[in-house]
Amino acid sequence: MITVPVNYYIILSAILFTIGVTGVLIRRNALIIFMSIELMLNASNLAIVAFSSAIKSFSGQIFVFFVIAVAAAEVAVGLALIVEIFKSKRSIDVDQMSSLKG
Amino acid sequence: MSLDLMLFLVLALVAIATAMGMLISRNAVYSALFLVLNFTTVAIFYLLLGAPFIAMSQITVYAGAIMVLFLFVIMLLGADALPKAEVLPWQRPFAIGLAFILAAEATFLLVTKARPTGDILQPADAVNTMDNLRAMGMVLFNDYLLPFEVTSILLLVAMVGAITLNRKEKGARKS
Repeated sequence: MITVPVNYYIILSAILFTIGVTGVLIRRNALIIFMSIELMLNASNLAIVAFSSAIKSFSGQIFVFFVIAVAAAEVAVGLALIVEIFKSKRSIDVDQMSSLKG
Repeated sequence: MSLDLMLFLVLALVAIATAMGMLISRNAVYSALFLVLNFTTVAIFYLLLGAPFIAMSQITVYAGAIMVLFLFVIMLLGADALPKAEVLPWQRPFAIGLAFILAAEATFLLVTKARPTGDILQPADAVNTMDNLRAMGMVLFNDYLLPFEVTSILLLVAMVGAITLNRKEKGARKS
């Protein structure tokens, strides 16, 4: 009883990753850019789980578990940074974050 | 066409549509809600792939914790759309063209070079829940114990960092 080929999952993951890259490239809202990064992490997780199921090993699922934990840490620090930038610039437009001086 | 393939195609369509909705909606709250839907569909893919633990972590951590944090910050900062001001008129079409090239490259390389052979197990076989969870726990706490502990330190550091960044400084604030 064979079902969906692995290649389909890989192609879907590539498409989702590309949508995330496009979001980082064309949006200017820092929050949307951050969500696009989450989408890219998610797409790579999907590819890892698909490969891990294809070779019938648990290692890929363990890696994905660690990636999820790291993503949670990243979101906490990143959102704190965005809030801090908003406090000093009153905007979350990345085009305005062009100076290094706070 | 088998039932599983049809389920996969419908879910893939939903995942791509919600990702595009996240990308193009002007309001940040709608983007966040589209992203929640996208994470949920990906969690269903994990179930289809025979990874129930990852699917549940995906829902609790991503769709639960991370997106709630995003919504808090959106409400804190205001959800109004940014004013339209194109700085570089050629930037958007250029970026979309580059994205298409990236998608073609990634698909070609992953499919031809990585050679993922074989098919995914039937979900009913793969999601043999207790066995799957027990085996995964054994692997996690035998082979990957050190990375597991290091992850806890990483989470602690992130927590301290987030608190330190948003702490009100006593006395005169330098600026």
